[in-house]
Amino acid sequence: MTQNNRCASGGRIDRSRTLRFTFNGKSYEGFEGDTLASALLANDVRVTARSFKYHRPRGIVGHGPEEPATLVELDGEDASGNRPATTVPLRDGLSARSVNCWPSPEFDIGGVNQLLSRFIPAGFYYKTFKWPNWHLFEPSIRKAAGLAAAPAQPPSSGHFEARHAHADVLVAGAGPAGLKAALKAGRAGKRVFLADEDSEAGGSLLNCDLSIDGQPAMGWVEAAVLELRGMANVTHLQNATVWAYREHNLLIVNERNPDQGSIIERSWRVRAGEVVIATGATERAMVFSNNDRPGVMLASSVQAYFNRWGVIPGKRVVLFTNNNSAYAVASDLIAAGVRVEAILDSRSCVPQAALELVPEITVQSSTVVGDVRGHKGVKAVKAVSSSGSVNWIECDLLAHSGGWNPTVHLWSQSRSTLRFDEDLAAFLPYQPVQNCTAVGAAAGQLTLDQIIDGGEELAYEIEPLWRVDLPGQRGKAFLDIQNDVSVSDVHLALREGYDNVEHVKRYTTGGMGIDQGKTGNINIIGTVAMQKGVPLQEVGTTTFRSPYTPVSFGAIGGLREDSVLFPYRHTPVTQWNKDNGAVMYEAGARWRRPGYFPQQGEGLQDAVNRECRAVREGVGVYDGSPLGTFELKGRDVPQFLDFIYSNMVSSLTPGNGRYGLMLSDDGLILDDGVVFRLDEHRWLVSTSTGHADSINQHMEKLLQTEFPDWQVMITTVTSQWNNATICGPRARDVMQALGTDVDLSPEVFPFMSFRDGTVAGFPARIVRVSFTGELSFEVNVAPRHMAELWAKVIEAGAPFGIQPVGSESSHVLRVEKGFLSLGHEVDGTVDAYDLGMGWAMSKKKTDYLGKRSIQLRREGKATRRELVGILPEDHNRQVPEGAPLTPGGRKEATEGLVTACVWSVVNDRWVGLALLKNGHSRHGEIAHVRLKDEVIPVKITKPVFHDPDGKLLRS
Amino acid sequence: MMLIPCPFCGKRNESEFIFGGAVGADRPDPNSVNDAEWVEYLTVAPNPLGPVQERWWHARGCSEWVTIWRDTRTHDIVEAPDDSE
Amino acid sequence: MQKYSVFSLARNALSGHRNWSRAWRSPPLKDQYEVVVIGAGGHGLATAFYLAKEFDITDVAVVEKGWLGGGNIARNTVTIRSNYMRDESIPFYVKSVAMYEGLTHELNFNMMHSKRTMVDVVQTWPKLRELRRRQLAMDIYGSTYEQISENELRSRIPALTGGGPDARLPVICGMVHTDAGVNRHDAVAWGYARAADALGVEIHQQTAIQSLIRGADGHISGVETNRGTIRAKKVVVAVSGHTTTLTETVGLKLPLRTMNLTAFVSEPVKPLVDVIVNCPDSGFYFSQSDKGEMVIGGAPDMGQSFRRDIKQNVFEDTVTAMLSLFPSFKKLKLMRQWGGHLDIAHDASPIMDQTDLPGLFVTAGWWGGYKAIPAGGLTLAHLVAKSEPHPLMSSFTLNRFRHLDFVMEAGTTTAR
Repeated sequence: MTQNNRCASGGRIDRSRTLRFTFNGKSYEGFEGDTLASALLANDVRVTARSFKYHRPRGIVGHGPEEPATLVELDGEDASGNRPATTVPLRDGLSARSVNCWPSPEFDIGGVNQLLSRFIPAGFYYKTFKWPNWHLFEPSIRKAAGLAAAPAQPPSSGHFEARHAHADVLVAGAGPAGLKAALKAGRAGKRVFLADEDSEAGGSLLNCDLSIDGQPAMGWVEAAVLELRGMANVTHLQNATVWAYREHNLLIVNERNPDQGSIIERSWRVRAGEVVIATGATERAMVFSNNDRPGVMLASSVQAYFNRWGVIPGKRVVLFTNNNSAYAVASDLIAAGVRVEAILDSRSCVPQAALELVPEITVQSSTVVGDVRGHKGVKAVKAVSSSGSVNWIECDLLAHSGGWNPTVHLWSQSRSTLRFDEDLAAFLPYQPVQNCTAVGAAAGQLTLDQIIDGGEELAYEIEPLWRVDLPGQRGKAFLDIQNDVSVSDVHLALREGYDNVEHVKRYTTGGMGIDQGKTGNINIIGTVAMQKGVPLQEVGTTTFRSPYTPVSFGAIGGLREDSVLFPYRHTPVTQWNKDNGAVMYEAGARWRRPGYFPQQGEGLQDAVNRECRAVREGVGVYDGSPLGTFELKGRDVPQFLDFIYSNMVSSLTPGNGRYGLMLSDDGLILDDGVVFRLDEHRWLVSTSTGHADSINQHMEKLLQTEFPDWQVMITTVTSQWNNATICGPRARDVMQALGTDVDLSPEVFPFMSFRDGTVAGFPARIVRVSFTGELSFEVNVAPRHMAELWAKVIEAGAPFGIQPVGSESSHVLRVEKGFLSLGHEVDGTVDAYDLGMGWAMSKKKTDYLGKRSIQLRREGKATRRELVGILPEDHNRQVPEGAPLTPGGRKEATEGLVTACVWSVVNDRWVGLALLKNGHSRHGEIAHVRLKDEVIPVKITKPVFHDPDGKLLRS
Repeated sequence: MMLIPCPFCGKRNESEFIFGGAVGADRPDPNSVNDAEWVEYLTVAPNPLGPVQERWWHARGCSEWVTIWRDTRTHDIVEAPDDSE
Repeated sequence: MQKYSVFSLARNALSGHRNWSRAWRSPPLKDQYEVVVIGAGGHGLATAFYLAKEFDITDVAVVEKGWLGGGNIARNTVTIRSNYMRDESIPFYVKSVAMYEGLTHELNFNMMHSKRTMVDVVQTWPKLRELRRRQLAMDIYGSTYEQISENELRSRIPALTGGGPDARLPVICGMVHTDAGVNRHDAVAWGYARAADALGVEIHQQTAIQSLIRGADGHISGVETNRGTIRAKKVVVAVSGHTTTLTETVGLKLPLRTMNLTAFVSEPVKPLVDVIVNCPDSGFYFSQSDKGEMVIGGAPDMGQSFRRDIKQNVFEDTVTAMLSLFPSFKKLKLMRQWGGHLDIAHDASPIMDQTDLPGLFVTAGWWGGYKAIPAGGLTLAHLVAKSEPHPLMSSFTLNRFRHLDFVMEAGTTTAR
């Protein structure tokens, strides 16, 4: 029997199931039902940690998520860091280590910091480490900070997931108040979601020995759980922490190891009609010199270790309290046969009912703990009475209780307000701002009789003691054990003027640890209040932020990584593209597109040149399916289109189309595209791929909010039509080879018109538009025919040397023609005139989006950047896209930039487009591209390098 | 994440919607206002510390543009399209 | 001003740290000042400091509704950088970064400035094109930005194990901005406050402005506060988020709306990442603080809001994007999260100007304004003292809206 501190019986552990584990390399045994903390205490492991800043030895202080001192790192399949030992369920084979100490908490090199502690008070780093600069000191500081190592790998097995849930009532906490609320709602037939952070229901009743109507209170709990299990309208989760309370009653719950299966953690997003906060209360620490010694524990935790885990973490106990709750702890310990050496009560008058619980003990009232002896474990406690008498009491465990804090984290996160209650000396829920109520200890009902009829518990009475204040006090009195923040640190902060409670927090780092100050924040507030001589209500709390306790990012992410978070779109040709070696990538608006189709041994440029040459000299085919396409129907479409396009659209006749620009009302270019009139009341609007969604939004917003009376119906048909765009001088030959019932001759089927018919046996709409400047037929078919059509095009085009064309080549081809690209030339600063498209700005229409604004902007007479072509003086010199143009090539403010530069197969040289100040009047001049260490002279030209008159595309 | 009341679909998660901005002044006739008025119409949006009228597009739903009044301090929706809903 | 150094620290240690003086005074509030600065945040305090230091205007009161340094300077992710795209912006941020680097010594307060480099993780070609355009523009102004290969990127950020060739958004390459750094945000507020105080500036906390006061002459004449009226011929509004709340008290409309940005930190862990990691295609960025926490930021909440909160859907998207590139972070834990609000101008660029109400100055629309604090304070002090814009900020006046000449810097990065 190695578990020297384990009682022979009692507790909620299974002594028949022994679990073996290691802690800092040593092997121990515990039982099923243990936490790592209870197992360590059972084995009398006292020094379990070293502190963050001073590396002082620390032990286990609490028994739940409030634990400030003992953080461990788990190895192997549990690998994770900074876990409070009190919340790690023990399992066979568990391997844990203390964080932030080397080689062990028993002997820690960093302990040398204790000797330096007077030189490193709060905020010391703001005053020093300045010379020569922070970089000299930062690496060693970083190494010293940071607690556990970062996880090196994702979990090797299992996964996280997230779920949605809806509830009429969400109950946070399955203690007596939470169970009662859940029962009430469940019996009323409401959908109940009950979540509790602990491994089993019962809350504080798990830790105490209380009764209801003379029966053990846990019997009541078990009956309640059983009844809830029988209700189909109740979801009851344990190991499930409600960690965030958002707007509109959305709460986030983290459930650990649900179903004991492959799911590591599950995140629940619960939308609740009503929220019942039954999160209980947390005991707070007393603040006295050396209150961090191993063996100084929260009284309720000592009680919990005994009642729940059958562990008594000491042989000789002293209790120190300012309230009644510690008397029940003493009573339990006495019943277990533990020697209670003394009860020190800071109150001058201890209530009779409390004294009656411990008839055999002499209670020392008006007495506080002045100091604790024992570096690596409590050896003696210095009792100091108000009369000044001092008495050292030998002991190995000091259990203390500074009173109780209702756990108001969720209440406060909901933005509901708090008030300081003088009777309970605690912040209590005050005014709710969402549909929530606090019940039980969370609402200040700190004893069972207040919650459950028939519940029996000693009344709670307290006289607050925020810190022990004795003359000539030595030794650090910690307010925040995790971050090593002591009373003197807070005093220093106040002395230096950091006197708002938020300043105190930030200057001292008090309450900023992993425990977020669950046991100590109130004492910081109390210490500030004492020093400033103001009530606690006036000092106020710092903000309670989510999460209530740390939550792994894996659970927050759920299963939504990669293509779930960023879904992609693709066309029916994707498989063919992949089979034919296309290099596929993200091409905007979540489309995955072929960039180019390299053949054996070809690089990017060679492939692009081959594809471009095919289009210019023979024929190519391009998958244009992603272009945004909308069918507009209704009587008022013409006036609507005239309003959203800058040019005149309503004059189109059925069967014909027109290129147009869409502007925002403040005169920026939103999009460009082609609009066709299908018949009297049906129109087809196409947009750029990247802006399809935003243009849809734009059109719907205008119609629904500005012109609700206009008869216009919009249907998105982007995915209803796919197209293969056959382009190049031999395009018509390929069309003939495919077979079509449409007369393709230019006289009857001219540029910017469409025909419905069949192509290769498929019903098709053929549109004569061109994004390359060549003769083009855009063959639109239903998606189910697209893959087959594509294969037939490739087959029919083979004799003409047809090449599939990717987006890289499309870019080259459009630059050669000076066609616009949103995101290249249109970057939010240019208007239609700058782009040489003043013709698209209708003068006939009295109003359209952007008209007034462009007029206004032009009246400002600011110098405009205008679209030009550029030819590098050195034909073989590529200019990087985005390169600035500066006056004379000097390093000064730019006068423009190169928006594109491509190798032109028709010109056999690099050509480019640029935006340049007053560029329209500078054709023929030399401009200068300024790179870091180089100036590239370029000749300014018209922005078109191929077929300037547009004969080919009309052919 | 708010619950936004769509008149067709009922209360839906905010993630189904795209924010469409605060409802400002009606668009004036651009040919009858002066420059300053036009600029103010374009650039100044209501920015109250309190209820603001605004639009949300039920893009991942029924495509309805929903107009609500929402308190910018609390996210409380103080007036929905159809309050009987 | 009491000197801070390792020697003064040692000396004070021997006297139990009882002799440190207050970092700033709490003087009685006068009823008149030459300049009233509203908002004791980064921009307000820096402006007051430079008014005193550079322009000898010391009759200045900084009035603050809450606690000094409690606004966005308490809530941001301390990313300091100058990788901007436009001529209007780059030189300003280059100046601000340089000022930050010297601030520890200028203010005798350790800002813990860590010039640790920002690395962009590029996952799409359009983004690479945009960043290279920025690089080429930055080259002119001496700010540094360089492309590195995927291999080098991964060797500099070993935790970046996602984004492989089969990923939805494979990592293409990196862009390295060596001028970027992080520092300690509270120290910036406290350092400016302490130094300004030492020059005679008064800081009044818990002093809420109820309204601005328009004088009979049509100029600003002061402010109404919860502690009485303060007269001043010059009033500066430096209250990110609440600018319009204040200016509307004198009927002044500004092209600003208030939005929320959020941030969150992980538990503290040992050093893992020693650069600022920015993933614009995925929509998040982070750096590891000296305390070991990963300080993470992501997308804004698009709706107008003063709630300073977190929208769960936006937050989950940010986390999920992060896990796609940094899968080992699945076991890392969220420790704290929060939000801040800021006002954004119609063109998403800052506004620093004297308003139509003479004597009333605003600095607003800072979207990522933390990095702008030193140069923002200096240029605003210049504007207030001389009534003309500093050359570095001359493009950011209200005048630009008169002819809709926007400064379009939107969308340059997620690392704001």
